[in-house]
Amino acid sequence: MPTLLVLEQILNGLQLGFTLFLMAAGLTLVFGIMGLINLAHGSLYMIGAFVAASVTGATGSFLLGLLAAVPAAALVGVAIEMIALRRLYDRDHLDQVLATFGLILFLNELASILWGARPLFMDVPSWLAGTVEILPGVPYPAYRLAMILVGALVAVLLYLLIAHTRLGMLIRAGATNRAMVGALGINVARLYTLVFALGAGLAALAGVMAGPILSVQVGMGEQILILTFVVVVIGGLGSIKGALVGALLVGLVDTLGRVFLPVLLRIVLPPANADSVGASLASMAIYILMAVVLAWRPNGLFGRAHA
Amino acid sequence: MLDSAAGSRRLGRPTRAGLVTLAGLVLLALLPPAMLALDQPFYISLGTRVVIYAIAAVSLDLILGYGGLVSFGHGAFVGAGAYVVGILFVHAQDGSPVLSWPVAIAGSEAALVAWPAAVVVSALLALAIGAICLRTRGVAFIMITLAFAQMLFFLFVSLPRYGGEDGISLWWRNTLPGVDLGDDVWFYYLCLALLVGFTLLCRRLVGSRFGRVLRAAKENERRLRALGVAPYPYQLTAFVIAGAGAGLAGALLANQTGFVSPSPLHWTSSGEIMVMVILGGLGTLVGPILGAAALLVLEETLSTYTSHWGLVLGPILILVVLTAKRGLYGWLAGRDRGDG
Repeated sequence: MPTLLVLEQILNGLQLGFTLFLMAAGLTLVFGIMGLINLAHGSLYMIGAFVAASVTGATGSFLLGLLAAVPAAALVGVAIEMIALRRLYDRDHLDQVLATFGLILFLNELASILWGARPLFMDVPSWLAGTVEILPGVPYPAYRLAMILVGALVAVLLYLLIAHTRLGMLIRAGATNRAMVGALGINVARLYTLVFALGAGLAALAGVMAGPILSVQVGMGEQILILTFVVVVIGGLGSIKGALVGALLVGLVDTLGRVFLPVLLRIVLPPANADSVGASLASMAIYILMAVVLAWRPNGLFGRAHA
Repeated sequence: MLDSAAGSRRLGRPTRAGLVTLAGLVLLALLPPAMLALDQPFYISLGTRVVIYAIAAVSLDLILGYGGLVSFGHGAFVGAGAYVVGILFVHAQDGSPVLSWPVAIAGSEAALVAWPAAVVVSALLALAIGAICLRTRGVAFIMITLAFAQMLFFLFVSLPRYGGEDGISLWWRNTLPGVDLGDDVWFYYLCLALLVGFTLLCRRLVGSRFGRVLRAAKENERRLRALGVAPYPYQLTAFVIAGAGAGLAGALLANQTGFVSPSPLHWTSSGEIMVMVILGGLGTLVGPILGAAALLVLEETLSTYTSHWGLVLGPILILVVLTAKRGLYGWLAGRDRGDG
């Protein structure tokens, strides 16, 4: 039943895509407003997943884990913003990259001291453990479906926040002209900290949701960070809309590529070769997508030219 | 800064920068006999790693320091160089061809084949990656170079023929007529000679018109364009030369560790090479060498005290970025630093 398989894989692609969107939204917001490139964004995702895994493990409640992890990561975000990152906003990108690289080394090591080097495992909460029939005769794991819905909901909420609230107005104004926002009497430092906390919370949410389907371990943040970079480069730096489109595109291309490239290649190659070539090609697919997009639009799909 | 390349290097009064360079060179040259006398041969292999990473760091500084292009994927070229040596070795062992079409390429253990091949392959790779990446600027450039390196990482992880995640073991080093590369002291001096040669080549480059255009593009690209010079070909050439240098470092690294794995391709390795450049002194040629030595020795020292060396190294890195702008070389050489 290839059509059902395709449908299932499209849903898997959307699920990865929305996870990436939660990461990319924070990264791109922080870049758009503060001009900061934050490599340690993946560490906040990791912290979210670790806190959720230990709280869920201790209490048996996934919701409690979620409710603990998001504020915890937001607090860590506020702390690192106030201690270190704040000093980097006016520096060049090289300094930002290096300092946040140092931050990753530190946070990864801290996580491996606190939680150990071995991966933790989180269970899917019991009320989302089953499957849902999305079409008659097509079951799909309820948890993954919930991830898609949460991702879509956050996208809508973010849109409302940015387009229809005072904070959103300040965020948009900050992205356009930082100095002017400050001159108009807005407490820019507080706005920055707030935006950073928002980004950290979204990253932690992504980490918590990914916890039950991945293993929670040191280094998980960097894996998704690179994918997130691909997303924001494709979507255009600083653009939330670009982050959404880029995330879904990358999620779908990556997921569908892994499943269908080997199958397609079997038409022209012997099966053993098709599988290995297909696997290599699939792991490169999103990077090829990125190269194509950049060759066509150097600033990404929705990006403006940045210095 | 633009004319210091020639200025501080005239003969006559020795400059502080010149003395730092000379002292470093003497130290590196005396390392093996000193360590053999102290019966600490381990430090010769640490020294070899320092020298090899110094080649990679100098090559990165060519684009990072002089070109102002923040490439976060330099590990890709180090890894590519290492894999060329590893793949040629594998095929030399089982007698199968590396390629039978469109041209026949056989495996090889000879350094005179494998090392130039590593340099050429890395340079070609840099040409392809650079041609795309240089269409972007700023943060997008950082991210896309990083992403390409990561792509190669996953490519090699997914190749079971070449060991996948486990990599390739080189049972012995490449062969070079007249030189026993298996001997650690010989190998050290060969690496040192290559480092000195490559650094001198880069010094010629940055002092030439080519180097001036490269630095001018970093200072003010728009003005350069207004003067009728398109920076793209210059930047791409620099990117290719840097890639070739990193490929050489990769080939040496494969020989030094006796092992080729995807780990040099990993983005943390690219980050480490970048840290070496900044720690030592951005936009100088001696700086990256100092930085390579400082970082590797620091890692080695910290790891004897604690397995969690990142806990110390991370904050050190942040402090260096926030406080010391000119790196070790700027600090040692004082104000009259040349491009040594």
